[in-house]
Amino acid sequence: MIVGEQKPFEQIVKLIERYKRILVAGCGTCVSVCFAGGEKEAGILASMLRLEAQKNGRPLEVLEQTVKRQCDREFLEEMATKVGQVDAVLSIACGCGIQFMAERFQDKIVLPGLNTRFIGVTLEQGEWAERCAMCGDCILDRTGGICPVARCAKRLHNGPCGGSSGGKCEVGKDRDCGWALIVQRLQKLGELDRYSEILPPRNWTTSRDGGQRKVVREDLKEQGRIEPR
Amino acid sequence: MTEAAAPKKAKPPAEKTPPPPVVGPVSGLEKLIKAGSFVVTAELGPPKGLDLEAIHKKVGILKGWVDAANVTDNQTAVVRVSSIATAAIMVQQGLEPVMQMVARDRNRIAIQSDMLGATALGIRNVLCLSGDHQTFGSEPGAANVYDVDSIQMLGILKGMRDDAKFAGGTDVEGGRPPLFLGAAWSPDADPAEVRTLRLAKKVRAGAQFVQTQCIFDLAAFKLEMKKAGDMGLLDKLAVLPGIIPLKSAGMAKFMRKNVAGISIPEDVVKRMEGNKDGKEEGTRLAVETIQAVREIPGVRGVHIMAIEWESKVADIVARAGLKKGPGA
Repeated sequence: MIVGEQKPFEQIVKLIERYKRILVAGCGTCVSVCFAGGEKEAGILASMLRLEAQKNGRPLEVLEQTVKRQCDREFLEEMATKVGQVDAVLSIACGCGIQFMAERFQDKIVLPGLNTRFIGVTLEQGEWAERCAMCGDCILDRTGGICPVARCAKRLHNGPCGGSSGGKCEVGKDRDCGWALIVQRLQKLGELDRYSEILPPRNWTTSRDGGQRKVVREDLKEQGRIEPR
Repeated sequence: MTEAAAPKKAKPPAEKTPPPPVVGPVSGLEKLIKAGSFVVTAELGPPKGLDLEAIHKKVGILKGWVDAANVTDNQTAVVRVSSIATAAIMVQQGLEPVMQMVARDRNRIAIQSDMLGATALGIRNVLCLSGDHQTFGSEPGAANVYDVDSIQMLGILKGMRDDAKFAGGTDVEGGRPPLFLGAAWSPDADPAEVRTLRLAKKVRAGAQFVQTQCIFDLAAFKLEMKKAGDMGLLDKLAVLPGIIPLKSAGMAKFMRKNVAGISIPEDVVKRMEGNKDGKEEGTRLAVETIQAVREIPGVRGVHIMAIEWESKVADIVARAGLKKGPGA
């Protein structure tokens, strides 16, 4: 999932200070699962903003609404009425949701209430960690199912740097060395021979380096033209 | 994974023409190693500003005592005079540089362009490194590059030298650069299972010499060298073990605790504790280590890293009986 973190409350207060009516827009998918931008969080944030405005004697009306996904046009549509009633939308979806909101409601100010952090997993309640860097050309078959692009601080492709120590990364003892994990797992699987293969320089055009990315499936587009949703 | 190095449109195989000749004289360090000399390298850290006198001074201290000196490339990710410029100044002043190049700050375009520029300035030896992570340095908010890693960098530079080809498949025009390619080896680092395998990858990618992380645990180093020998790596590779003169028992303990990839046995710490004059004991230990590693098959020289203590190098080299100094 996409893991996000709400911006610090003081920053959010600053973001909205020039508006009198705002909509706190939650998203019911990824950021809801990581307790950052779902219905519950939208409710809490809206209440906190109301209280803060009241305390400072500032006129502020806060509406709230959460839809299933802000990255999908049909769900955004459900917000049209409330969006029409406010000066600005404070979206606590990921960066995609925030932008799609702005794209749909062209004449509305859309503000980010959340920092999109990474594509990751839930390790335990309250702890999430990155797993995929979205390079667009998966090499997990060569690295024991552990990604060096996402999990090595230097995205090294041919093994651990000299900073690996006791299984930890030189950048921080709270982080595992991705290559220590890869080596350990390849060994366990009896595939350490894979380590000796030299991975050549990557073609990063499938990553952000190739410019803005897009996936086009003509078969599905055709199908959509025949049977419109 | 798509193979990046391949050009978009491969030309039909033309008649094989011999690769164009190497441009300029080859590395002095390479010549010495090939001739069987026991070589000495040291380290020269460029200044954090335009105090060029500092470079001249370090050159003066090292000249005649070492065969070449490494120029660090923004080591510990702290901004300094570039390794290319410093190395070029050293060439002018007659001290052969080993130019370090880190993958942290350059993509493959800059790596190849900088290497051509460095060759044009008379630089022949290059040490390919990943580089210390930028979060430790003076610009912790910087983006890092890591377009390629040190092994891929070796491969790219080898391709320029041996095949007159850039990574993208186009031709290096006007002659092949006469590079002597080096890498780092941390035989004591974690995960231990792959350190020799990683060395083997570096050799296959193009490394002709390696300088190691500093060696204090001789028994462990001998074992790693034996492994490397058994893998057939030492026929093609010159190993220069790293030597760091300790200044005190405290320094030994600090390094053991805080520097990754260094193994300092307890008896070394005890020995340092046993002498009030830590610097003298550290120097003696360095000299003895040099004499001991010299006996290990495959060791072709030493790399003395006297960090901000360059003045010590001459003393160690003289006491180890390696050189007699300038004019000798």
